[in-house]
Amino acid sequence: MLSDTSLREIQHELSKYPADRRQSALMAALRIAQDEHGWLSEPLIEYVAGVIRVPPVRAYEVASFYSMYELKPVGRNKICVCTNISCMLRGSDEVVEHLNKRLGIGLGETTADGKVTLKEVECLAACAGAPMMQVNRDYFENLTPQSIDEILDSLS
Amino acid sequence: MTDNTFNTVRKTFNVCLPDPSIEQSWTLKAYQENGGYQALERVLREQTPHTDIINTLKTSNLRGRGGAGFPPGIKWSFMPRAAEGQKYVVCNSDEGEPGTCKDRDILRLNPHALIEGMAIGGYVMGASKGYNYIRGEFWEPYERMEAAMKEAYEAGLLGENLFDSGFDFDLYTHLGAGAYICGEETALLESLEGKKGQPRFKPPFPAAFGLYGKPTTINNTESFASVPAILRADGNWMDGEWFKALGVENAGGVKVFSVSGHVERPGNYEIKMGTPFSELLEMAGGVWKGRKLKAVIPGGSSVPVMPADAVMQANMDYDSLRDHGSAVGAGSVIIMDETTDMVKVLERLSYFYHEESCGQCTPCREGTGWLYRILHRINTGKGVSKDLDTLLDVANRIEGRTICALGDAAAWPVQSFLKHYRHEFEAKIVDASGNTSDQSKNKMTADAA
Ligand SMILES: Cc1cc2nc3c(=O)[nH]c(=O)nc-3n(C[C@H](O)[C@H](O)[C@H](O)COP(=O)(O)O)c2cc1C
Ligand code: SF4
Ligand code: FES
Repeated sequence: MLSDTSLREIQHELSKYPADRRQSALMAALRIAQDEHGWLSEPLIEYVAGVIRVPPVRAYEVASFYSMYELKPVGRNKICVCTNISCMLRGSDEVVEHLNKRLGIGLGETTADGKVTLKEVECLAACAGAPMMQVNRDYFENLTPQSIDEILDSLS
Repeated sequence: MTDNTFNTVRKTFNVCLPDPSIEQSWTLKAYQENGGYQALERVLREQTPHTDIINTLKTSNLRGRGGAGFPPGIKWSFMPRAAEGQKYVVCNSDEGEPGTCKDRDILRLNPHALIEGMAIGGYVMGASKGYNYIRGEFWEPYERMEAAMKEAYEAGLLGENLFDSGFDFDLYTHLGAGAYICGEETALLESLEGKKGQPRFKPPFPAAFGLYGKPTTINNTESFASVPAILRADGNWMDGEWFKALGVENAGGVKVFSVSGHVERPGNYEIKMGTPFSELLEMAGGVWKGRKLKAVIPGGSSVPVMPADAVMQANMDYDSLRDHGSAVGAGSVIIMDETTDMVKVLERLSYFYHEESCGQCTPCREGTGWLYRILHRINTGKGVSKDLDTLLDVANRIEGRTICALGDAAAWPVQSFLKHYRHEFEAKIVDASGNTSDQSKNKMTADAA
């Protein structure tokens, strides 16, 4: 279920921990699997558990505890808007509103063409650049309606 | 070589955050040109006794930067250095306290200071392995950290037998996956072990039973990154007095304050401990749009809110902020202007704690849910007059009754917001309850029509 590249990456992660502590690499392995498939289906979680050699229940527990793991299919791009205090004070409500309008979806939803999933997130530790959002791996700070439009136009 | 510790124009220090004039400050070359790795090299070549380093840190009055303010010099002395077997140093780069954005900049702009600080920590505590736990969203900082570690390995600054001293130090990164609670040190250890991030009961403390049950010391990113400069002491090698003298009684040196919210120039300001809040506000350009200051949360969402007149008299250090009713916390200064709706702010904070409770303790799991639901009700005009007493009652029932401090962190803002801004909450309730019967009648007739 995973490419050779992904499996090699998981091996690298395993090498960071003592040989009898393979479970430490579980979080990284789930991330790598998600990067390849977009989300973590049950069979994929079980497969990862097999690679790490932990009981599947351990992998389910971890996959459902942490918010960055997707247990349902998501869009090709993930937009995470921070609405916590510093961002709220500097206009995250307007950011969310603008995104809602431009994308035609609400928080927690995915566009019909599967291009974008919009999520609300807690403080991403970029408070001095508020309002901000994360698009896939990148942070975008000091957002304005114009800069949001440019970011949306650049997505594939 | 210079030790660039102060920028006279910006009036900020460069202990943890490099001077902005340094190009590509995150590279090994730039770091070494500014005094980097001198401390590690000297300590290892001279085999400086570990107690001397601990004493320097104690003298320096450096206090832990993760929120609790416990002195690293004392924490490091708790490690059973001579015990057989593996020991660990762990860095907390899980930065997630709302308002806090300093560790991200240290990782992006000065990763080598963190590496050097951790390696010195490893030497002092007899730990040959270190992990840096980086929050999962920090992809760019993670890549910077990885690239810096690669440079350090290639230059013989990490790995085996450093500077022919016989000391080995290996460093690894571990990415989180989205959970504020993993910033709590024992939840972080659970997460490093590949489990759900749920805090452990203490004692035992990590120095006795830490990662994989081995002796472990956990410090914040900024704490570790401060260590090399403290040992260099601006040319007075190992003189803890240098750092101490920059600060005030009970809080040595300089610290990064993240200023966010309603100011003209939000940003990270590395300034002396004990700087008057009013000066910091001025550095950040003052309250934006020419408005008046209403309130400040000086240390991240978990510390009590301060009304303008209290904070304008306070200095940015542990004693002064405590005397004025709050705390330094992680140094995350959230500024609110006169237009701020305090009910809305508290509702948002209580939502955060409810979302992030790990669910292990009943008072926290249930209590944070209650707090949020009541505050939501009040903020949407459906509050009833007994709600304010219920809020305080719930907050008091959480405080001090949980495994970790997240429970307290959820309770304190409620207590302080109600103490200082009760009238704003009452106003929203009076509006609703004063007209309750009429309004509901109107609504019903409107629905029926
Ligand atoms: C809910 C909660 C969240 C925390 N989050 C962080 C964090 O993001 N970063 C951090 O360094 N410390 C955090 N802490 C404090 C750590 O438990 C620990 O005290 C700290 O990392 C120790 O570092 P220091 O002694 O250098 O300050 C948190 C504590 C609690 C209770
Ligand atoms: S206080 Fe809350 S977050 Fe901390 S251990 Fe208990 S339930 Fe978990
Ligand atoms: S509050 Fe939005 S990044 Fe911190």
